[in-house]
Amino acid sequence: MSVWVQLAYLIAAILFILALKGLSSPKNARNGNLLGALGALVATVAVFFSGIGTNNLPVILIAIAVGSVVGIIASRRVKMTAMPQLVALFNGVGGGAAALISVIEFLHGGGESIPALIATVFTVVIGAISFSGSIITFLKLQELMTSRPVVIPAGRWVTILVAVLTVVAAVWLVISPMTWLLIVLLVLALFFGVLFVLPVGGADVPIVISLLNAFTGLSVAASGYVLDNVLLIVAGTLVGASGTVLTSLMAKAMGRPLTSTLFGAFSAKAVTAAGSGEDRPVRSAGPNDVAIMLGFASKVILVPGYGLAVAQAQSTLRELADLLTERGVTVDYAIHPVAGRMPGHMNVLLAEASVPYEQLKEMDEINPEFSSTDVVLVVGANDVVNPAARSDKSAPIYGMPILDVDAAHQVVFLKRSMRPGFAGIENELLFDPKTTLLFGDAKDSLTKVVAALKTT
Amino acid sequence: MSPEIGLLTIFILSIFVGFEVVSKVSTVLHTPLMSGANAIHGIVLIGGIIVTAQSESVGVTILGVIAILLGAINLVGGFVVTDRMLEMFKPRAKTPAKEDSR
Repeated sequence: MSVWVQLAYLIAAILFILALKGLSSPKNARNGNLLGALGALVATVAVFFSGIGTNNLPVILIAIAVGSVVGIIASRRVKMTAMPQLVALFNGVGGGAAALISVIEFLHGGGESIPALIATVFTVVIGAISFSGSIITFLKLQELMTSRPVVIPAGRWVTILVAVLTVVAAVWLVISPMTWLLIVLLVLALFFGVLFVLPVGGADVPIVISLLNAFTGLSVAASGYVLDNVLLIVAGTLVGASGTVLTSLMAKAMGRPLTSTLFGAFSAKAVTAAGSGEDRPVRSAGPNDVAIMLGFASKVILVPGYGLAVAQAQSTLRELADLLTERGVTVDYAIHPVAGRMPGHMNVLLAEASVPYEQLKEMDEINPEFSSTDVVLVVGANDVVNPAARSDKSAPIYGMPILDVDAAHQVVFLKRSMRPGFAGIENELLFDPKTTLLFGDAKDSLTKVVAALKTT
Repeated sequence: MSPEIGLLTIFILSIFVGFEVVSKVSTVLHTPLMSGANAIHGIVLIGGIIVTAQSESVGVTILGVIAILLGAINLVGGFVVTDRMLEMFKPRAKTPAKEDSR
């Protein structure tokens, strides 16, 4: 391999590090991402000059072109609400690619040395888990299957059994490399990926995406070892390490250890907490009442949630906020770190509606404010404001830090129905005497409130 | 230094860089960061290119082409979708008040 190619890889590696660095600060995030793309371009051009042989060159170029076009179209067309599952899907195909590459190297008889063979087997297992696991998270988020935890009878034992079998097959394969055994291993790992994600539900899904992202990184790093390619090692390891940090940051935001997220903290018994009756009275109101409550308040906090994203109501919410500000009402947005389907989901969404940064308050900053707030408007959020997280030990979200909206003088929920949130738990706050409900699609309701406010 | 130790050194140092670089990220950027990191591991594309360019059997070529396809989707799609997320952060940085037309 020529020195120039190696230098190009070095440049690409540096660009990847700068990309991650840039993505960690709001100011440089976009440039950071562009640097990453530049690094990828440099590396992809360089690889053709690395003396890899010229077999199949036309097919390779066509495949790159087709893959790129598919990637661009998918990411251009996707709606804001569907971005999390698209990221999950991209992550899955990356893991799949890493696994396939190692399968090919194995068939080539690559991995004559034990370390290379171990790396090959590692890539196949982790890549396959990442692939099938990501597909399941995609199906869950896309609501092509239930977002609730799926519990198979004796599921835990099946999972452990499959895990043990996978490890046994992996070790056996290192000792005596046989193609049929590789296929068995591949199937076991794919199956394990499914079992691994099925029992995870509700707000924990984003954490799993982040974890699988780190997994794919590691399998790419291992495939770099198999192919003796330094850039793959660096890039994969960077993603593996930063993905792990990010995963633990997210788990911390949820207030529980990662292990309980993964191993069925959200078990199926947790459909309703506290056995609350279905037909308890709630207070619902019309848009005019809500407009009056908001218009004559002096301090209002808006709490956006997934319902806002579904209804694409971010601009309408901003319109409402602007209108209130014009009337002299102090307006802030309270952003729970895991509101929506991904950490930071709400920030991205509200950024789309050009909501000024300064109005977005993070949980720790805004929580002391609620007790001095007249009205909290909860738009399509539920679990992140559910007091059961503080009080009810049997609730699956117990221990998760929440927004203390119940401390405010009045709470208004914009909800489509009385259905519980993503985690599937009843919210006591809905039945509280200081709570008012406005039923309907978030965008519809907000539009009506805005119209009513203009005439108030 | 043996090549293995060289690779091991790179691996260990990369872990530290990876930890260090994102340790102070704010929640605002969790989603774009995850998405950007996700795009970076799409560089596995070059692994697909290498194995396919060396392939001499049809079966391996087919597997290799699938790997390239998947890698390219991950890489290109990942960067584009991240850019789309970040695009929305940008305009308000300087002119927060003049965005009413949207």
